[in-house]
Amino acid sequence: MRLGGTPVLRGVSLAVGRGEVLGLVGRNGAGKTTLLRVATRVLEPDAGDVRVAGRPLSDFRRRELARALAVVPQETSVPFPFRVSEVVLMGRTPHLGAMAFESGADVSVAREAMAQVGVDHLADRSLLEISGGERQLVMVARALAQEPDVLLFDEPTAFLDLGHRVEVLARVRALAARGRSALVVSHDLGLAARFCDRLAILADGRVLADGPPAEVLTPARLREGFGVEADVMVGPDGAPVVVPRASQPGAC
Amino acid sequence: MRVLTRAKLVAWLAALAALLLVVAVAGLGLGTSGLGPGEVIDALRGRGSDVAQDIVLRIRLPRVLLGGAVGASLAMAGVLFQALLRNPLADPFILGVSGGAALGGIAMLALGGALGLGYGAVPPAAFAGALGATALLYALAGARTRFSSTHLLLTGVVFNAFASAGIVFLASLAGFAEGASIFLWLIGSLASARLAVAGWVALFLVAGLACALPLARGLNALALGEEPALQLGVDVERTKRVILLSTSLMVGAAVSVAGLIGFVGLIIPHLLRLVLGPDHRLLIPAAALGGAAFLVACDTLARTLLEGRELPVGAVTALAGGPLFLVLLRRHALRGGLR
Repeated sequence: MRLGGTPVLRGVSLAVGRGEVLGLVGRNGAGKTTLLRVATRVLEPDAGDVRVAGRPLSDFRRRELARALAVVPQETSVPFPFRVSEVVLMGRTPHLGAMAFESGADVSVAREAMAQVGVDHLADRSLLEISGGERQLVMVARALAQEPDVLLFDEPTAFLDLGHRVEVLARVRALAARGRSALVVSHDLGLAARFCDRLAILADGRVLADGPPAEVLTPARLREGFGVEADVMVGPDGAPVVVPRASQPGAC
Repeated sequence: MRVLTRAKLVAWLAALAALLLVVAVAGLGLGTSGLGPGEVIDALRGRGSDVAQDIVLRIRLPRVLLGGAVGASLAMAGVLFQALLRNPLADPFILGVSGGAALGGIAMLALGGALGLGYGAVPPAAFAGALGATALLYALAGARTRFSSTHLLLTGVVFNAFASAGIVFLASLAGFAEGASIFLWLIGSLASARLAVAGWVALFLVAGLACALPLARGLNALALGEEPALQLGVDVERTKRVILLSTSLMVGAAVSVAGLIGFVGLIIPHLLRLVLGPDHRLLIPAAALGGAAFLVACDTLARTLLEGRELPVGAVTALAGGPLFLVLLRRHALRGGLR
């Protein structure tokens, strides 16, 4: 995959199984967002393919793809005061004809999606009035209303406080438990290690490591993948905890 | 949980259509010789006195129809450009279509006399200018593989600035009589109303509506951003191109006959969004009806406010719209709606 002639992704091969949460980590510019854009056909890859349920992506029509894959972006802003329920119902867009109105079935899908992430009490509020954390949960509900097989999260917790980070990731975990697959791009290694079944480190457009969090997060990999000297400890729950050292080589 | 249904949509549009009807009957009745609603309806049905029929059918009807078509075009264009650029402050003139039309129209006003062309050549020249501006915008902003909204906006703003400079240059070349016409055109007026002219504007209005309505749901999704809309299965590039072209032509047709009538395209979308919410399936046709009612009402005021004299309608929309817009803006800012 090249962008403006610069190769961004090379020979990346990743698979997410049903009911699995895969965490994708790596430094800024490693190609994580590009990977998500390729996976959703915002960008077309130069070579290689992405398969959903065994079918190559290029076989899908765009609307069909939106019924299989849903994306929760890093941050959402709307220029107009759409209500939360209207935004969640937008998730039904790939299921509806151009001039059709939402049916009772569409409305109950949206209702259930809001209930699943716990934003049903916000239904009639404007998206402009609620907090960033609530807005991010609404976007998860909107993605669920698409009824996709796979959910992709692009740093869904980047702008959230600790409480909302944990809440969003716990919801992702719960969705996977119900049979959906999830790919979560994250910068928060500690939380990613706790909430993902597998972690993959992306560095310079390649997969540096891919496996259970405890195997992937090692000092050597952190040095190679992030350029950071760090110790890795085992947390009270058995998940690895990354502790960066105060003195870094090359820092002043 | 409130959901937009077909029944709700029809009810709102029926209410707005009724409002438009009342305003239109008032516009047909009010004037130097006032007629009651009964007399207006009689005249429309070909009954009543010849004088009343003459006034209603030959003098006032073309003007009300033109006002309705222009008002509908401008308000709808406001909604569509705001959705396209994801900017609630966009108006029909923001992309430079008006600048192109103004340049074309005013070049004809200032120089047409020397070429032996009369006032009737102004609207076609203005429309040619609007087409030129749209083509330029499309070529410049669409030169990359995808349209960037920022790119569109900047191109439009710069083109408008360039067009203003051209207008000042032409106006300083023109004589006194042409200068007055140029002034009238810049502020906007419906004095050139004829049935054929109203039909011409209505043609582009209907075409614009037919292009925009099937894209309304996609425009809702576009509010989340271009990438999220794409990931919802919306053909974003096609949506943007269709809206840009059809709306520019609609604005071009309206501006070429009525000049630069301001505020309709800004105030009506805002007002309706406050009442009806931002769903474009309802907002687009509602803006057409609301814009038509607003401009017909303003034009009726423009014709009747001063005894025996007529104000340009653009002055009335600006006088009414300016303060109203500031009030809305303040309410909006207080609610944290603008960023």
